[in-house]
Amino acid sequence: MSDMISDTATQDGLAGESPTNHLALAIELKNINKSFGAVRANKNVNLPVVAGTIHGIVGENGAGKSTLMSILYGFYEADRGEVFIAGNKVRIDSSKAAIKAGIGMVHQHFMLVDTFTVLENIMLGAESSPLISNSAIEATSILEHLADNYGLHVRLSAITGTLPVGEQQRVEILKALYRRARILILDEPTGVLTPSETDQLFEVLKALKNEGVTILLITHKLREIMAITDCVSVMRHGEMIAHRKTSETSKEELAELMVGRKVFDSLNRPAEKIGPASVVVENLTVLSSQNVPLVDNISFQVRAGEIVGIAGVSGNGQSELLDVLNGIRPVDQGRIVINGREITPDHPFDPAEARTLKIAHVPEDRHRMGLVTKFDARESIILGYQRLTRYNPGMLLDQQVVNDECNRLMALFDVRPHQPEIKSANMSGGNQQKLILAREIDKAPTELFVGQPTRGVDIGAIEFIHEQLLDLRDTGCAILMVSVELDEIMQLSDRIIVMFEGRIVADMAREEADIKTLGLMMANAHDTTDADHGAQATSSAGES
Amino acid sequence: MEDTFLFVVLTLDAMLRVATPLILCAMAGLFSERSGIVDISLEGKMLVAAFTSATVAALTGSPWLALFAGVSMATMMSLIHGFACITHNGNQVVSGVAINIIASGLTAVLGNAWFHRGGQTPSLPSEARFMPIELPFAEAAGSIPIIGTIYKEMISGHNGLVYVAIAMVLITWWVIYRTRFGLRLRAVGENPQAVDTAGISVAWLRYRAVLICGLLTGIAGTYLAIAQNASFVRDMTAGQGYIALAALIFGKWKPWHALGACLMFGLLDAVAIRMQGVSVQLIGEMPVQLIQTMPYILTVVLLAGFIGKAIAPKAIGIPYVKER
Amino acid sequence: MNDTVKPLPRWIDVGLIPIINVSIALLVSGLVILAVGENPIEATKVMITGAFGYDEGVGYTLYYATNFVFTGLAVAIAFHAGLFNIGGEGQAYIGGLGVGLAMLLLDASMPAVLLVPIAILSAALFGGLYAAVPAYLQAYRGSHIVITTIMFNFIASAIMVYLMVNVLINPGQQSPESREFSDAAQLPFMHEIFGWFGVTIAHSPLNLSIVWALICCVLVWVFIWRTKWGYEIRTVGFNETAASYAGIKPARVIMLSMCISGGLAGFVGLNEILGVQHRLLLNFTAGYGFTGIAVSLMGRNHPFGIVLASVLFGALYQGGAELAFEIPTITREMVVAIQGFVILFSGALAYMITPWMTWLYNRLSRSAVTPVEAEG
Repeated sequence: MSDMISDTATQDGLAGESPTNHLALAIELKNINKSFGAVRANKNVNLPVVAGTIHGIVGENGAGKSTLMSILYGFYEADRGEVFIAGNKVRIDSSKAAIKAGIGMVHQHFMLVDTFTVLENIMLGAESSPLISNSAIEATSILEHLADNYGLHVRLSAITGTLPVGEQQRVEILKALYRRARILILDEPTGVLTPSETDQLFEVLKALKNEGVTILLITHKLREIMAITDCVSVMRHGEMIAHRKTSETSKEELAELMVGRKVFDSLNRPAEKIGPASVVVENLTVLSSQNVPLVDNISFQVRAGEIVGIAGVSGNGQSELLDVLNGIRPVDQGRIVINGREITPDHPFDPAEARTLKIAHVPEDRHRMGLVTKFDARESIILGYQRLTRYNPGMLLDQQVVNDECNRLMALFDVRPHQPEIKSANMSGGNQQKLILAREIDKAPTELFVGQPTRGVDIGAIEFIHEQLLDLRDTGCAILMVSVELDEIMQLSDRIIVMFEGRIVADMAREEADIKTLGLMMANAHDTTDADHGAQATSSAGES
Repeated sequence: MEDTFLFVVLTLDAMLRVATPLILCAMAGLFSERSGIVDISLEGKMLVAAFTSATVAALTGSPWLALFAGVSMATMMSLIHGFACITHNGNQVVSGVAINIIASGLTAVLGNAWFHRGGQTPSLPSEARFMPIELPFAEAAGSIPIIGTIYKEMISGHNGLVYVAIAMVLITWWVIYRTRFGLRLRAVGENPQAVDTAGISVAWLRYRAVLICGLLTGIAGTYLAIAQNASFVRDMTAGQGYIALAALIFGKWKPWHALGACLMFGLLDAVAIRMQGVSVQLIGEMPVQLIQTMPYILTVVLLAGFIGKAIAPKAIGIPYVKER
Repeated sequence: MNDTVKPLPRWIDVGLIPIINVSIALLVSGLVILAVGENPIEATKVMITGAFGYDEGVGYTLYYATNFVFTGLAVAIAFHAGLFNIGGEGQAYIGGLGVGLAMLLLDASMPAVLLVPIAILSAALFGGLYAAVPAYLQAYRGSHIVITTIMFNFIASAIMVYLMVNVLINPGQQSPESREFSDAAQLPFMHEIFGWFGVTIAHSPLNLSIVWALICCVLVWVFIWRTKWGYEIRTVGFNETAASYAGIKPARVIMLSMCISGGLAGFVGLNEILGVQHRLLLNFTAGYGFTGIAVSLMGRNHPFGIVLASVLFGALYQGGAELAFEIPTITREMVVAIQGFVILFSGALAYMITPWMTWLYNRLSRSAVTPVEAEG
């Protein structure tokens, strides 16, 4: 059923009649291709955007949305493809060219100088005179005008870094408008906003649209797409999957299109022996350096012999949760109990202690954390366990022991090429991941925390890794798995938790879950969670 | 009483003379570091300029040609630094160390090869140098008590380049805080990505900062060789480039603060020279080395956060590479 | 698959490119010699003969190399932890002070068997502690180690001048030097050692320190690549995030690596004070600390490479002295300039030619038709 939907979508969306082709196009992208090394971030992407509309682009993490927008804004240059602005073919090879073509962009991470005043940030690069004072006079009058027209009020003399994020975002929008942008790209604009700030932003966007500005809204939140856009395009795995008029589609359809449906056979053997809770998390809160909650008052348990899968779009607190559970980040509020050891803000623990508690950790990002790319395989195989006495019988690291260990684990986990002296960087993603899993699972942990177990891993290795995780579970290990791949969550988990903006929005047995509902929950478009979300968000905004 | 007053005035007069190359170098460093390029090679650039200007003055007899040559060579060294750090994303500290060492070796080798005086350049006649300028009425005013003495001994009678250095602080402040270029320069040292996405070339902006840095170190070196002294002597900068760097940090990368630090360090030096062998009541003989080392000690203490906090430009020392 | 760029093989990356970089540096130095009106080839011949052509020259070459091994290792060990220690000069100076103080205090009351280990210990202790202060400020107060170590060079120099002029000067003497140590507080020269075995070699300042330098090379290699501490240092240097994942505390690693680095630099004092001068004096470090930067960059932070680079720089120093004697137009400072060029091309511009080499390598290997598919 769902396969059919996505197939027909592909056809009528791309090859057939575009729902928008009879109207004036503000932007038209044709056959955009972009690769980073071996990764094809954009594959033959086509995108028509009607002038004066709000056009949404949705897709999962890594679907290629941000790359596409960076190409449109001249941050990267496409390998192949054409860009038309208002019907004219243009070459956008720099941000300067994009600005000249009337494009403005509000980046997910703001491009602002924290120590500057708002006015200075807005003028930067678009000063009308060689003297700041003259430019400031002109800019001030233009900005007052813009502020009145669109409700974009910010105190121009305020130091930007001290403003709340919502206002900083307004500065970014003003920056674009001050440069006379007729096309405005917003990359995940609501990720950092409170609900009321989001409402204000949408008012501004509507006002802009009424003035004829074309808006491209990149998001993974389907509710917002439904609320504000006129048209929506869906990307998946670097390809443009479908174009829809918002009025003619539904959250459910979009979720299906976004997530897709891979063929998977139910590999999972249900858990046979579930033991007592071995990881208990109670009211855990983790704060950012600006005291914004990244993990927001969550509670859950993982029992011995089960796999709990945490689903969610990345950036919703899962990474921070993993870091805290492994002692890399401190607990800010609440408590964790693992193997009887209580971890609170007053009783912190660190990764070294975590290992002595028989906690194993397969991190989300193997290049940044899981191994040292410049190390040999045999050096990476002892990362985190470098002080074990069996590797250090005397003063020295015993090369023979380490080498044998590496050989043994490479054989056990079928790591190829089977060469302990190979540089970690020269192994494929799947083999790197198998090396890390081998290192962690071999210590017979009682808890395993694993992030994105199969990200960037080839198909053959995926199956192998999944088998290993299930085997480990059957030995009685408690496994917490974070993954953005819904298939993986469905395949391996005994219980499923969905995280959104640092909170748990659902906690259910796998039998109760289906991929469509999960997709909606991840995008915070699931009806039953709406009220809950609103209430919680408002209360947390009130506290801060 | 009279004597003490004259002693103070003359010490302040010496302070200005000693502080001049520091001020010029600190402003030079300010441009570079505010744009995000660490510059520990102020010392080397100043040395190259000192050597070049002394050489050209000796050969042509023209201080102006000497100034031009000194500035040109210092700017050349700056461009090498820029080429390594901006174009090739090299390690900025390593590049700076290289330039300092090259400067020290090359000036000695060339000086010896050309003039055969053990690295020294020929002594310059006063026409080939920048000489002190008597300000109007200095002689006449000298007879007026206090104010006249200050005017004659401290304010008047300096080298033109001393006044240039003071003016340079005002100009630096004005350029950095009042012009479009200054705005962009400050921005690129804090957040180069913001500058890039605003449609401005990060590399070109940083190259310009580095060029200005070369220009100012060039003036500083020329001052040392053909204004304060009458020839080039091997390693004549003697760590002043590093003191200027310390003053820049001590002045928290701000022009007026840095001027204050330069004057303070200059005063310490002037006092150290005058106090040599002098016994002070209660304390006894002050170790000159302690006074001379104060700039370094104070800077370390400041950096350690024990007195205030010196916050460097956020993007300093990090080569700008687009993500991925 | 045609348009993918193949990465450079290891032998080009760690073998050929460093050699090309050093060659560029030497080529530029040749141009300088040309600029002062001399023949670079002639100059090279004089230098090589001066450095290796006769016993005494070889002795001097190795004596200089001894210092460079110490300072080169010092820079390298800090580099492995991702730190840039420019303070080798000051640490060497203070290390020498440690040796001098210990000897002045004990040389009358102890035999050489005890004095030499004490000298080694005090060189390491003084140098190491002097490096520990900037290390502490970096690890726990966040002040940048490059700036603090520069400042500490000047502070070391001032401390030495003060102590030598006011405290340690031999009474009744003009130049600021201490009294000479007793015979027990001197390392034997190599020509003396060879003499014990009836072998006559030319007199030179080369002394037993070179053996300690080579021992240090082995110890550093073992420490960096064969112990858990070295493993943790390298982990922090490569990837601080992975280090914290692995339960390693970066602050501790900074302290450890800098103390060892300073201790190694301090051994310059062993060679100079205990081995050659036999008394404490000013300016015995003569810029060797800075040469260590060039040596370490050129030797790719590996003890073996550092030994080779040290011998090269020892030869440059000794050959340079000879050159200044034979061709008075070129002074000894030529060596300093060459050192600077090596730091520039092997350090700051180390990757300048990599894109060219990649292009060349891909072109050559493509035309050679290699149908091997590299697949992970």
